[in-house]
Amino acid sequence: MIDRKPNPKAWLLLLPMLALVAFNAVLPLMTVVNYSVQETFGDNVFFWSGVEWFRQVLLSDRFHQSLLRQIIFSAAILAIEIPLGVLIAITMPRRGIGVAFCLVLMALPLLIPWNVVGAMWNILALPDIGLLGRAVNGLGVSYNFTQQPLAAWITCVVMDVWHWTSLVVLLSYAGLCAIPQPYYQAAKIDGASRWAVFRYIELPKMKHVLTIAILLRFMDSFMIYTEPFVLTGGGPGNTTTFLSIDLVKIALGQFDLGTAAAMSLIYFLIILLLCWVFYTVITRKGQQ
Amino acid sequence: MKTAMKVANLPRLVPLLYIVFLLIPIYWLVNMSFKSTNEILGAFSLWPQEFTLDNYRKIFTDPTWYNGYLNSLAYVAINTVLSVSAALPAAYAFSRYRFLGDKHLFFWLLTNRMAPPAVFALPFFQLYSSIGLFDTHIAVALAHCLFNIPLAVWILEGFMSGVPQEIDETAFIDGHSFPRFFVRIFIPIIASGIGVAAFFCFMFSWVELLLAKTLTSVEAKPIAATMTRTASTAGYELGLLAAAGTLTIIPGALVIYFVRNYIAKGFALGRV
Repeated sequence: MIDRKPNPKAWLLLLPMLALVAFNAVLPLMTVVNYSVQETFGDNVFFWSGVEWFRQVLLSDRFHQSLLRQIIFSAAILAIEIPLGVLIAITMPRRGIGVAFCLVLMALPLLIPWNVVGAMWNILALPDIGLLGRAVNGLGVSYNFTQQPLAAWITCVVMDVWHWTSLVVLLSYAGLCAIPQPYYQAAKIDGASRWAVFRYIELPKMKHVLTIAILLRFMDSFMIYTEPFVLTGGGPGNTTTFLSIDLVKIALGQFDLGTAAAMSLIYFLIILLLCWVFYTVITRKGQQ
Repeated sequence: MKTAMKVANLPRLVPLLYIVFLLIPIYWLVNMSFKSTNEILGAFSLWPQEFTLDNYRKIFTDPTWYNGYLNSLAYVAINTVLSVSAALPAAYAFSRYRFLGDKHLFFWLLTNRMAPPAVFALPFFQLYSSIGLFDTHIAVALAHCLFNIPLAVWILEGFMSGVPQEIDETAFIDGHSFPRFFVRIFIPIIASGIGVAAFFCFMFSWVELLLAKTLTSVEAKPIAATMTRTASTAGYELGLLAAAGTLTIIPGALVIYFVRNYIAKGFALGRV
């Protein structure tokens, strides 16, 4: 273990990083705070409006609905991606050329620009020219994600599973590879079943990486914007308008600065809360 | 006997099926990129009937297209260098020293990684316009530091904490100055960590679109934004769109190939 020594001069090492991040984080955030408490009638004239914007956002049906959609979406993709990712990681080969093959192909979706992911799924799922759209309709199921809310939802979720399950796989795989071989040998001598090996050896050893996986996936899905925006544009109607899509619509589409700023701050506070939970869980693990 | 073998082979099928699932949309994209737009809209076929390279030819000869790639690669490269070089000393400080507010600072850094880009889009636009950096590569590179530096610090700190402290102490006793020790001795030791951190900076800067699109208009427009704009203006040139999409997969695939042995560890953020 590293024995960290007290050293106030360490701040000097942080300066370049602090300058860059503060420039990008603090200044824009202060702009947002500024807008959230002011009212404007154009010409850069602002009036103090207190918490009026916050009250409006918190009481608006629109915000409740996109928040609800966002929570359902994040819950759905977590419920699918985490078990699926663990299953794939467990069944992956541990050595040989198969490993590099699996890793390279599985990491591929992670490095495709997000709008390309959206466009790719769009042309895959189009009912007239897409492979998926054709196949599903060919099976006798009516499927058109541009018109049916349910189809749009399923397509968004499947797209996210396609895009991000690999992250869970790679994390779990890293956790599995760190389990020393004697654990498995001991289990074999005891005649443990495959399930028992998973339940009592692999799962506890993967707890840490799985925490990272769950929280990373939760937060990234909570701010998802580009992929569903390119795929469905938030439609049909507003049925796939998640929080970020709604926020960008208000901020850059309608240029409703006050509402957008107040919504941003509420959104950010939700994320901060989750982040705090994340951080506490991780550091507690580190101390054990 | 035969059924027993089948059961034993069954688990092997899971990753294989998953990879097939991953490759289907990519295949469809590549398939479309070799078709003319007329063929795509005309008839449904599993592979190109009239194989054509026109879409790719158009991209490689039309400056608005290939400049998009160069712009993207430019700001991604600047961002990767900036993020990693600012994160290196910071990660060292976090991994080796205790100082006032270290835990809070680390937490604050993490919150930036978790901040939704949608929250920052509008203020970034105003900030970079007001300092005259709007529509430059450096603006996008700086903006992406918001989430890449915290990530790089986090990954590098994990790797650095795996290096025994005795190495630092011995070097200082031998009379190395801090900068000399850091560059000559420490950086080579954590080279693989730097590789992983650079990989992640490349990855998140390459795939991000919302901020890159908001901060550029003509001169530094990323390829991803060129694609969305073409989709809306030039009717719907699906073949061209598919070819551009296919080309955006290639840099990522190359990078993955080079770091394949470190990927798993990097994804665990050096903390497994």
